[in-house]
Amino acid sequence: MADTEATATKEEPKVLTDLEKVGEPIVPRKKPNDIHGDDLVGKISVPKVQEGAAAANKPYLCKSENMQKLGFPGDLRTDWHDAAIAKMGELLKKYKSLQVYMDICVKCGACTDKCHYFLGTKDPKNMPVARAELFRKVYRKYFTTEGKILGKLAGAERFDLDLLGEWYSYFHQCSQCRRCSVFCPYGIDTAEISMAAREIMDHIGIGQKYVNDIIVKVHEVGNNLGMNPKALKATLESTEEDLEEETGQKIRLPLDEVGAEVLMVTPSADFFASPHVESLLGYAKVFHQAGISWTFSSVASEAGNFGMFMGNYSQMQKVASRVKLAIDEIKPKRLIVGECGHAWRIAYSFWNTLIGPFDSLDPNYKRPEHICEYTLDLVNRGAIKLDKSKNDDFVVTFHDSCNVARGARMGDKPGGQFTIPRELIKASCNRYVEMDEETIMEKTFCCGGGGGLLTDDLLELRVQGAMPRMQAFHKVQESHGANFLALICAICKAQFTKILPKYGVGMDVAGGVHQLIANAIELGAKE
Amino acid sequence: MTVLFVVLGYAALAIFIVGVLAKVWKYGKTPAPLKIPQTPAPVTASGVPVRILSEVVFFKSLFKSNRVIWLAGYLFHIGLLLALIKHYRFLFASVPAGLDYFATFEMYPGLIMLGGLGLLFLLRLVVDRNMFISVMTDYVLLILLIAIAGTGTLAKHYFRVDITQVKEFMMGLVSFSPMGSNSTFPTELIFLIHFSLVLLLLVYFPFSKLMHAAGVFFSPTRNQVDNPREKRIVAPWAENLPAPTTDVEEVAEAHGQA
Repeated sequence: MADTEATATKEEPKVLTDLEKVGEPIVPRKKPNDIHGDDLVGKISVPKVQEGAAAANKPYLCKSENMQKLGFPGDLRTDWHDAAIAKMGELLKKYKSLQVYMDICVKCGACTDKCHYFLGTKDPKNMPVARAELFRKVYRKYFTTEGKILGKLAGAERFDLDLLGEWYSYFHQCSQCRRCSVFCPYGIDTAEISMAAREIMDHIGIGQKYVNDIIVKVHEVGNNLGMNPKALKATLESTEEDLEEETGQKIRLPLDEVGAEVLMVTPSADFFASPHVESLLGYAKVFHQAGISWTFSSVASEAGNFGMFMGNYSQMQKVASRVKLAIDEIKPKRLIVGECGHAWRIAYSFWNTLIGPFDSLDPNYKRPEHICEYTLDLVNRGAIKLDKSKNDDFVVTFHDSCNVARGARMGDKPGGQFTIPRELIKASCNRYVEMDEETIMEKTFCCGGGGGLLTDDLLELRVQGAMPRMQAFHKVQESHGANFLALICAICKAQFTKILPKYGVGMDVAGGVHQLIANAIELGAKE
Repeated sequence: MTVLFVVLGYAALAIFIVGVLAKVWKYGKTPAPLKIPQTPAPVTASGVPVRILSEVVFFKSLFKSNRVIWLAGYLFHIGLLLALIKHYRFLFASVPAGLDYFATFEMYPGLIMLGGLGLLFLLRLVVDRNMFISVMTDYVLLILLIAIAGTGTLAKHYFRVDITQVKEFMMGLVSFSPMGSNSTFPTELIFLIHFSLVLLLLVYFPFSKLMHAAGVFFSPTRNQVDNPREKRIVAPWAENLPAPTTDVEEVAEAHGQA
């Protein structure tokens, strides 16, 4: 009797393919409504480690068709092991960062409590050094004398399916924010390692759906949202109408206007996502009031570049090349980039390498410029005026975006990426408060959704990863009544809008810096 | 005995020098295709040495991160530096100018080293995060260093090792006349252990995480100038990359899945 019962209730064991084994979450994902953030106490505490706590966080696998469209194999290669090792060898020769960082970590422990995903998930494999060790295990085994001789004693391991499954899990729990690198005595940059790991995984047929689908969209349609030029034009026109209704002025949102002085490249989310679009109105008002001819481009309708998240130089270059095409077509004097964190890192640090030099642009200006650099300059020269009282409803605090804070700069001086947005905010409102110094500027915490993780299949991770920022925000909420979290990143905006309610905070708290400008700017005839 | 240790000594030194140089050569020649300084970073080339020296001399970032680990690491490295300086007297016939200060100043570099190493070891055992990331070689390396510092301290302060004999042997080695009339391997056991362990460390050095000593100078996040808008860099391998293909059939063929 007992026997038959057991057989009856026993489910047919599911036979997983190798690909599914790698991508299959160990426990089922929680339903979105069952995901909640920690209680807000205004303090970030370092948890005791809980092994495997976040092992189940795995993003969806990219389908064969889109893998192949990007030049990757559609399924896990049968020779994946050898192909992965060969690719690793190639990357070690191409990237000094990877080669040096594989060798020199002494495992001192300095980074172990610095990652927002570790603090939020308590999973020790989300400690930066432990994440990197997943890569180093393989590196030691196949590329070092020490690992070949001493094996596991030296932390060397054969690359097998289980380890590959851990790669897929934990290298998609790194937002490449580089906070760990700030605290490392050697500047070891986990972002470089997770990029290499993702490139290897793509190369053997294991890609992440969210990032890869978006890159396909950029190649085929032109932007991350998959908005074709026609739809883009229609959206801009209807937004123009709204603007006229609101302000009584003809404020334009031009598209593809050859010969405009400024080419504006912004994340496509700015075109209609909320609160992103509020910043778009800010850009338009600034250009309008400064009396500068400007335009968006339907070819370069995306500042974001997910090629960086997947660590693939060629993909990143191909996405960026749209900006080069737009410059050739529009022939602008200046190139300005909208509010987007990783986009600004790529524009500031990589564009010159990938699609430069920008010889056709006016050499009197920075090439490219950040919209905050541009607007603050106008404010300082008196070319536009801001009425701070228009933002009197707000007590504003500023969240430094990781890629801007640690991977780029604004202005001429080191640290301009911190001072320029703050000066701009302070010029647009009366009440500004700074969050805890351990959580801002170079020590800023990621919003929890960067690095290609802004997808609902990783929602639990995103809520957990936002914990440190939420605690810091809560502190100034309690102490100063902060009610506006000013952002300069499309990913931060989307992430916080989704995550704030999970912590019991209203989502309208998140907004762009140029949203504040849009509120405060004095439109109309200049004196 | 003397012959054996002369041969081992030269072999270890050769492995150390060649091994380290080979690694340094590899780090140096591997290209850095993209500008990845961790900002805020120096905006001029002259600022870079200042940044790197602040790490090498003061462990600035580690200090920012964790004062206990900083103290442990700093004690060990300062002790090591002082110990190395004090060893000069085994290598030079007369005291070089400037170093004689250390000869008259009595101190215990071995004990400073041991304090730092002990704390580093303790951290691995006590802090759950550090315990999680530690493997056998991490512990063994600490034990090796503790043994070297320990035997060195014992040789100096407790066992009366024949300093003259050690000096003659070492000077014979460094002057490449190891089999000179006075130069025989000192027979004290404590010296034999100390000397052997140092040779072991030298041999292991280029193959281990100890390469951080050289690698820290090659870290792109710390040694790059923050000037990407002004100065264009392109790695040789990235100069003429073909655009990634979007032809599905071509891809399938390339990966043997057609």
